[in-house]
Amino acid sequence: MADPAVMTAGPAVHVHHELGFWRTYIFSTDHKMIGRQFLFLGLFMLIVGGALAMLMRWQLAWPETAVPGFGWVPEPYMVEGIIPPNTYNSLFTMHATIMIFFAVMPIMIGCFGNFLIPLMIGARDMAFPVLNMVSFWSGLLGGLVMLAGFFVPGGHAAGGWTAYAPLTAKAIYTGVDWGQNLWNISLIILGVSSMMGSINYITTVVNMRAPGMTWFRLPLVIWSLFITAILLLLALPVLTSALAMLLFDRNLGTHFFLPEGGGEPLLWQHLFWFFGHPEVYVLVLPAMGVTSDVLSTFSRKPIFGYRAMAFSMIAIAFLSWIVWGHHMFISGMNPLLGTAFMLSTMVIAVPSAIKTFNWLGTLWGGSIRFATPMLFALAFVSNFVIGGLSGIFMASTPVDIFIHDTYYIVAHFHYVVAGIIFAMFAAIYYWFPKIFGRKLNETLGKLHFWPTFIFFNGVFFPMHILGVGGMMRRIYNPLQYEFLQPLQPINVFITANAFLLGLVQILFVVNFVWSLIAGKPSERNPWQANTLEWAAPSPPPHGNWGEALPVVHGGPYEYSVPGMAEDYLPQNQSRRPSPTLAKRHGPSGGQVTA
Amino acid sequence: MNQSAVVQAEIEPAESPLTPESWGKLGMWVFLAGDAMSFGALLAGYGALRYGSADWPHPSSVLGVGLTAFMTFLLICSSVTMVLALDGIQRGDMAALRKFLALTILGGVSFLAMQAYEWTHLIHDGLGLSGNPWGASLFGTTFFIITGFHGAHVTGGVVYLSCYLTRSLLGGLKQGHASEIEIAALYWHFVDLVWILVFTFVYLL
Repeated sequence: MADPAVMTAGPAVHVHHELGFWRTYIFSTDHKMIGRQFLFLGLFMLIVGGALAMLMRWQLAWPETAVPGFGWVPEPYMVEGIIPPNTYNSLFTMHATIMIFFAVMPIMIGCFGNFLIPLMIGARDMAFPVLNMVSFWSGLLGGLVMLAGFFVPGGHAAGGWTAYAPLTAKAIYTGVDWGQNLWNISLIILGVSSMMGSINYITTVVNMRAPGMTWFRLPLVIWSLFITAILLLLALPVLTSALAMLLFDRNLGTHFFLPEGGGEPLLWQHLFWFFGHPEVYVLVLPAMGVTSDVLSTFSRKPIFGYRAMAFSMIAIAFLSWIVWGHHMFISGMNPLLGTAFMLSTMVIAVPSAIKTFNWLGTLWGGSIRFATPMLFALAFVSNFVIGGLSGIFMASTPVDIFIHDTYYIVAHFHYVVAGIIFAMFAAIYYWFPKIFGRKLNETLGKLHFWPTFIFFNGVFFPMHILGVGGMMRRIYNPLQYEFLQPLQPINVFITANAFLLGLVQILFVVNFVWSLIAGKPSERNPWQANTLEWAAPSPPPHGNWGEALPVVHGGPYEYSVPGMAEDYLPQNQSRRPSPTLAKRHGPSGGQVTA
Repeated sequence: MNQSAVVQAEIEPAESPLTPESWGKLGMWVFLAGDAMSFGALLAGYGALRYGSADWPHPSSVLGVGLTAFMTFLLICSSVTMVLALDGIQRGDMAALRKFLALTILGGVSFLAMQAYEWTHLIHDGLGLSGNPWGASLFGTTFFIITGFHGAHVTGGVVYLSCYLTRSLLGGLKQGHASEIEIAALYWHFVDLVWILVFTFVYLL
C-alpha cells in the first residue's frame, strides 16, 4: 500500500500531468470520475428496473392480455405479447434486485459516496484509488452478469429478491436453472466490489479529514455514508456466504437449505435477513444524510440538533442488527423471540422520529428557498413519514400476521425504499453543478418534481388498501380470486399512475442530457452552501484543491449567523479574520469565490 | 502531514489520522472485520445445522484430531516467525526478514500439504460433500466448505508473503517498507486466529 504522505499532499498527487483518454474517462482512479461512472451505471439500471415494473403493472391491471407493442418478444418470455406466470415471477424478482443492488446502491453510495467523501472532508482522493477503480469495474461486471441472466434458457431468477430456499435451492422448483446461478454469482461479485468500496470509504473518512475537520464538523451526508460503509462491510459478507451455500446446494448436491438432506430452509431466511435488514438502512441512511444537508442549506438555517442527528443514525445502524426476525414472524418462531424482535423493531421508531422532528425543526422559521433539490428533499421527508408509520403497524406481530406478504408490505417498503429516489433526485439536482460544472434547468426540474410526487403517491398509497383487502404480494393474476375482483379498479388506477410516473421521467432524462451538453456553466457555489465541496472549482480538478488543502474553521451548517453580512459561512472561512492567514492560504484556504 | 498542514495545525485542532504510518493498515483492519463476518456466517450456519441435526457424527471419531492438532501448532509457530520477520525489517536486518518470511511461508505450505493429505484420506474413507457413512450429510458439507474456505485464505496468504519474499530477494524491500510487512502480518495472524476457531468448533467440540 502506498505511503500516506504521497496520498495526502505529496507532489505526486497534484502535479497536473495530462492523462490520456483511457486513464481519464475509462480506467480512471480519480474519485470524481469513478463517481460519475457509478452514476451512469445506476441511472441506466434505474431505467431497466423501471421498465420491468411497467410490465408488471400492465399484467396486474389487465391480466393475461397482450402488452401493446410487445408482440415481437419470443416464447417463452412472452406468448404473443402476453406475460406468462414464469416471466411475471422473473419480473418482480429482477425489478427488486436491479433497483436495490444496481440502481439505488450505485447512485447513492457508489456515485455520491465517491464524489462527496473526499471533497467534503477536504481530501485529494480516496485512500486507495486503484482499489476504488477495481471496485467500480467489478460492480459493472456484477451488473453485466445480472443482465446476462435474462438471456439464458429457463429465464432469469424467479424466486423473489429474497431468494427463499428451498424454492431457489433446486432448479426444478422454479424451472429456472442458470438464471438463479447467475443471480447468485452476480451478487457475490457485487459483494466483493462493495467490500472494496467500504474499505476505501472507512479509511478515507477516518484518516484523511482536512485540518480542522473534526468528527462533529463532518456534514451529515458524510456521517451517513460512513455509517453505511460500516453496515455494508459487516452485512454483505454474510449474504456472500449464504449465496455461496445456495450455489453449492443448486450445483454440487449439498443440502444446506434442503430438508431432504437434513438442511434447514429457515437458515437461509436468518442469514438473508441478517444481511437484509441492515441493507435496508444501507439504502435509506445516505438518503437521510442528503436530506439533512439539502434541508439546512435551503432553509438557510443550521440543522436542528446536529449531534442528535448523527447519534440517531448510529442508533439506527446498531438496531438494524437485532431486528431481522421481524421479516419472519410467520415463518415459525418462539413467541418470546418474536416479541423481542417486535420490541427491538419498535425502538427504531425513536431515532427515526428524532430525525423527522429535527428535519421539521430545521424548516421551522427558516427562509425557505423552494429550489428543485429542496422540493425533492421535502418529498422524501413526507414519504418517509408515511413509510415509517406503516412500518410500526407491521412491527407489531398480531398485525403483521394479517398483513404479511400482502400489498400493504409492498406499499410500506416502496414509500421508504422507492421514496429514496426523491432523495436521489434531490442529490442529483443539488450536486449536478459540482459533478459536471453545469446547472440543471430549474423550470424543467420543477416540472419534473410535481407530477413525480403526485403520481408516486397515486401508485403507492392505494396499495395499502389493496393489502388490507388481502391482495397477495407476488400474485400473478388478482382476478383469479373472487374476493379481489372488486378491488380491480384500484389496480387499474395504480397502473395508470405508474405509467404517468414513468412518462414524466422523460423530463428528467431530457434535462440531464441537455444540461450535460449545453447547461448554464455553474459558479463554485451556486446554492450559497457551507460545506467544503463548494470551495473547489466546478467541476473540481484532479487533486481537488490546487496547492494547499483547505482548512476547516467551523461546522457545516452555520447559516444566518447573527452579525454576519452573508447568510452563510463556509466551513473553510476563517472565523477570526487575519490578514496574514488570508495571504498564506490564498483563495482556496481563506475565502470562497462565488 | 504536509507543510501546509503543519502550519495550519497551529491554528485549528486537527484530529490526527488513526493510522498515520500507513492508510493500508487501517484498510487491512477494515477488510478483516468484513472477512470475519464471512467466517462468522459460515460458523453460525454450521452451529445451526449441527444443533438441528439428530445424527451428527462425533467429529473426533471421524476426523483425525492428532494430525490437526499438529497443523494448529504449526500455524501458531508460523505466526511466531511472522512476528520475528516483522521485527527483522523494523530493525533493518533484511537477512532476518528473509529467513523468517521463508519459514512462515514454509509453515503455510506445510499446513496446506497436510490439509491436502487429510482431505484425500477422508474422501477415501467416504466423507463427501453431499453424504458420508457416519450420519448427517451436512457433516461432510460443512467440514469441506469451512476448512476449504480457510485453506483458500492460507493459500492467499502464502502467495501474499511470497510476493514480499521475492521482492526482498530482488532487493526491492527496504526498512521503510516495514509497515507493509506489518499489514501482511495482520492478515496472517487473522488466518491463524480463524483456524483456532475452526479447529475448536469443527474438530474438538
